[in-house]
Amino acid sequence: MTFGVLQFPGSCDERDALGACERVGDARLVWHEETSLGDLDAVVIPGGFSYGDYLRAGAIARFAPVMEAVRDFAAGGGPVLGICNGFQVLCEAGLLPGALLPNDGLRFLCRQVDVEVVSAASAFTRGLEPGAHLSVPVKHMSGRYFAPAADLDALEASGQVVLRYAAGQNPNGSARDIAGVTNEAGNVMGLMPHPEHAVDALTGSADGLKLFAAAAATAVPA
Amino acid sequence: MRPAALVASFLRVKARVLIRPKEGILDPQGKAVERALPALGFDGVRDVRIGRLVELEADDASHLAELCEKLLANPLIEDYEIQELG
Repeated sequence: MTFGVLQFPGSCDERDALGACERVGDARLVWHEETSLGDLDAVVIPGGFSYGDYLRAGAIARFAPVMEAVRDFAAGGGPVLGICNGFQVLCEAGLLPGALLPNDGLRFLCRQVDVEVVSAASAFTRGLEPGAHLSVPVKHMSGRYFAPAADLDALEASGQVVLRYAAGQNPNGSARDIAGVTNEAGNVMGLMPHPEHAVDALTGSADGLKLFAAAAATAVPA
Repeated sequence: MRPAALVASFLRVKARVLIRPKEGILDPQGKAVERALPALGFDGVRDVRIGRLVELEADDASHLAELCEKLLANPLIEDYEIQELG
């Protein structure tokens, strides 16, 4: 099981993401100018401020050469996890539904939150207990999940809302407390909280590791 | 000037693209500015909305709408308006 962690100019969480992946499998960094993903079994798009968040967070990164390869990989059913800025990139690329708007409080947020597992049908939550809580940090300026009401209804009906902020803990005004969503097939997932910063009890919680472990456990052997 | 270059110089446009948060979408920046105004004595200012202004020159104006849809604006959350300046 080999994870690839993308690296754009302005990424800043790729090292922690790499470390998280290495706890459950092999992992390597993938530079944004690469056009092939080689033999990777899963892709992680890490947090940060790709291309300085110019225009809109994630708007420029979606045009990076590596994103063509990610698009093909996702279309073939390969597991792709977008964390924070990675979530924003996947939404801008149209690989995930919705958009991330500036936090309703207009402040940069950095705090530990509880999120609830809503669906265990995605590549990164398979095997988790729906209703279980995970303690993971958020740290973002534009994390307010938005989609038109009809789209939100459809996402909920099809089980694509995979994580919600626990009751009373929605930090940014996200619609319906949504913290993470998947594509229709369930192989592409994005979330604003940072599971890669919660992989060791020494830092307060190892709950984030469960998402990486789920992907490793369900990877199709090459 | 070669004919092709001459034609291109006629087609070239300067344009201004105004990008706004869609109606109904909370704009916290606008709200923050709105709340700050009374402190300066400016009462009675409502519905402050903050967007972006992009100025550009294009060799071919026919692509402007497409490039707005694909990059300058996110149509899910933003409206855009193209003003050709000639």
